[in-house]
Amino acid sequence: MNLSLPEELTGKTGLRTEEMILNVGPQHPSTHGVFRLVAKIDGETIKEAIPVMGYLHRGTEKLAENLTYTQIIPYTDRLDYLASMTNNYVFCHAVETMMGLEIPDRAEYLRVIVMELQRIASHFVWWGTYLLDIGAIGPFLYAFRDRETIIELFAELSGARLTYNYMRIGGVKWDAPPGWIDKVSEFVQYMKKELDNYHRLVSGNEIFVNRLTGVGTYSREMALDYSLSGVMLRCTGEKWDLRKDEPYSIYDRFDFDVPTSTDGDCMARYHLRLEEIVQSLRIVEQAVAQFPKDGEIMGKVPRVIRPPAGETFVRIEAPRGELGVYIASQGKDKPWRMKLRRPSFVNLQILPDLLRGENISNMIAILGSIDIVVGEVDA
Amino acid sequence: MTSLLEQTPSLLNVVLLALAAVALLAVVLGFVTYAIYFERKIIGWMQLRPGPNRVGPLGLLQTVADVAKLLLKEDTRPKSADKALFALAPVLAYGPAFAVLAVMPFSENIGFADLGIGVLYYIALSSITILGVITAGWASNNKWSLIGGLRSAAQMISYEVPLVMSVVGIILMTGSLNLRDIVEAQRDVWNIIPQFFAFCVFLIAAQAELNRSPFDLPEAESELVAGYHVEYSGFRFAMFMLAEYVYMFGMGSLITILFLGGWLPPIEALGFIPGIVWFILKFSLYVFLQFWLRATMPRIRADQLMSFAWKGLLPVALINILLTAFFVSYSNGSF
Repeated sequence: MNLSLPEELTGKTGLRTEEMILNVGPQHPSTHGVFRLVAKIDGETIKEAIPVMGYLHRGTEKLAENLTYTQIIPYTDRLDYLASMTNNYVFCHAVETMMGLEIPDRAEYLRVIVMELQRIASHFVWWGTYLLDIGAIGPFLYAFRDRETIIELFAELSGARLTYNYMRIGGVKWDAPPGWIDKVSEFVQYMKKELDNYHRLVSGNEIFVNRLTGVGTYSREMALDYSLSGVMLRCTGEKWDLRKDEPYSIYDRFDFDVPTSTDGDCMARYHLRLEEIVQSLRIVEQAVAQFPKDGEIMGKVPRVIRPPAGETFVRIEAPRGELGVYIASQGKDKPWRMKLRRPSFVNLQILPDLLRGENISNMIAILGSIDIVVGEVDA
Repeated sequence: MTSLLEQTPSLLNVVLLALAAVALLAVVLGFVTYAIYFERKIIGWMQLRPGPNRVGPLGLLQTVADVAKLLLKEDTRPKSADKALFALAPVLAYGPAFAVLAVMPFSENIGFADLGIGVLYYIALSSITILGVITAGWASNNKWSLIGGLRSAAQMISYEVPLVMSVVGIILMTGSLNLRDIVEAQRDVWNIIPQFFAFCVFLIAAQAELNRSPFDLPEAESELVAGYHVEYSGFRFAMFMLAEYVYMFGMGSLITILFLGGWLPPIEALGFIPGIVWFILKFSLYVFLQFWLRATMPRIRADQLMSFAWKGLLPVALINILLTAFFVSYSNGSF
């Protein structure tokens, strides 16, 4: 869409248009943290958008080289701080894979329950803040009310509300306190009904639908070329979910669907995330039903964790997409090199392409639909 | 009170009129203070929050504290701003907001100027505020302000057209531009019934005129940071805020007068209740609607906003004029 006047017209009227550099962020309220976007605009049309990252860079990968394996876990909490549990898991999973550790059933169930609850909580934050970007303030607080229940559950389990540091190599740190599992299933039942209200409040709203439909569209090929994952990939019709396609942990024991859409626009991503909440609730429900009555929560793990020399790469389906960890070990108690495949960072790469030629009023809607967490983008 | 204006000016007249004006100012400022309080309270309740509850009993002095804070703040101005225009903009936005209240008949006997062209006066004067907004956007020398100011100007000018057009139907029915006559003409039935389409158009266009949700694009926090007043702080900012809320007062009064029968009771039997009570009730209903919308609605997109004004509201308003004209001529026996 090009709004600038044709040349012969500007020549006659003497109107001169000029491009302007617009700096979005790092303190802009809708960049979800300290992300910066330098946009070259002509009128209200974006000619070029350059993402500037690194304001939240903490050098996690480098720091990890000087930490023992157990000490790295709290650092993973702070990558994608809206999904600490999945970050915990992917790191522990990598080390466990290297060492070939057996994880007790009870620990695996606890892991799956917290990871799926975490996915729900993460999508709530996305839903709330996205609506905030679109201009509706109410949904944000409704989403946070329900996320609060999950956070309370996590706090009961691990003592923390955001950075849980819950998982350990070989299992989990704390067992579920008495009655915790019941509270989880109570929440699942409540949320199944409550989700209808989310749809009733927002999904059908004319203004909302008009703002999102057909905005930020890209094709399946483009998504694959950019190596997108998670909802960003599934909204183009590519059915790819690591929980189904490369089951890790005990995901092969549960019955759930992978929602996809072929529209590839912001609206598709909106609906997919809400649909993922439903599927996660299904998984939690089954996990709660199958939860072993007793058992260990930590497997047999050597006192000092020294994975054998070699390297490994594992990947899981985090709320934002494919989260991978590469660890190169030289047989010491500290990794020689750790590398993270952060879905927020990878998914963000498509942004300049999506924004080119867009109206600036779509900028926030498109950026928001990618669902980035700057802690993960910058690591 | 109106009689004062018609007498020859004397010291007594002038003093009385000045006192009355001050009284109105106090009422309006009191309204603004508590409108902000109730807005925060009501939206708070709708969003599972308690709202302000710390300053004074039930938080009733919250706005007072806020205003005091704004007054005591350092008056900052960006280095590269256009000094004169930067200072002028809030006044331009704020002056007309108060001036429009002069023609409002709040009840049978409370009202100031009884202009023959009351409606026209309101519409003409309220347009001046656009100048204040666009001046603020330009003078701040900030890109966000500029975009906000330009959007605002485009929006307010576009929506002024359907707003005016929707009132034409009422003027045709009443045969007068005087606000008092318009209310008196609603003795039998309020304008909201015969002029229902006009009411809808007016209500929507008024939202856009007031820059309130879902048309709050000029100050779209999540997109434009704060729009045209991003560089304003302290009392200059307070003046923009004040202008916005005084306009809400003005628009609430206008919509009550034009469509909801002003001070008239809904049924004749309730006529013993003073007119001003009815006026306040209807007016409060409108103000509540504002808060409700703000708590619920997402923000419309700029380009859709424009096409909605020109392709949606304006045709409806024009058809309404045509139909009204037809019925008025028919009942006058012109056919």
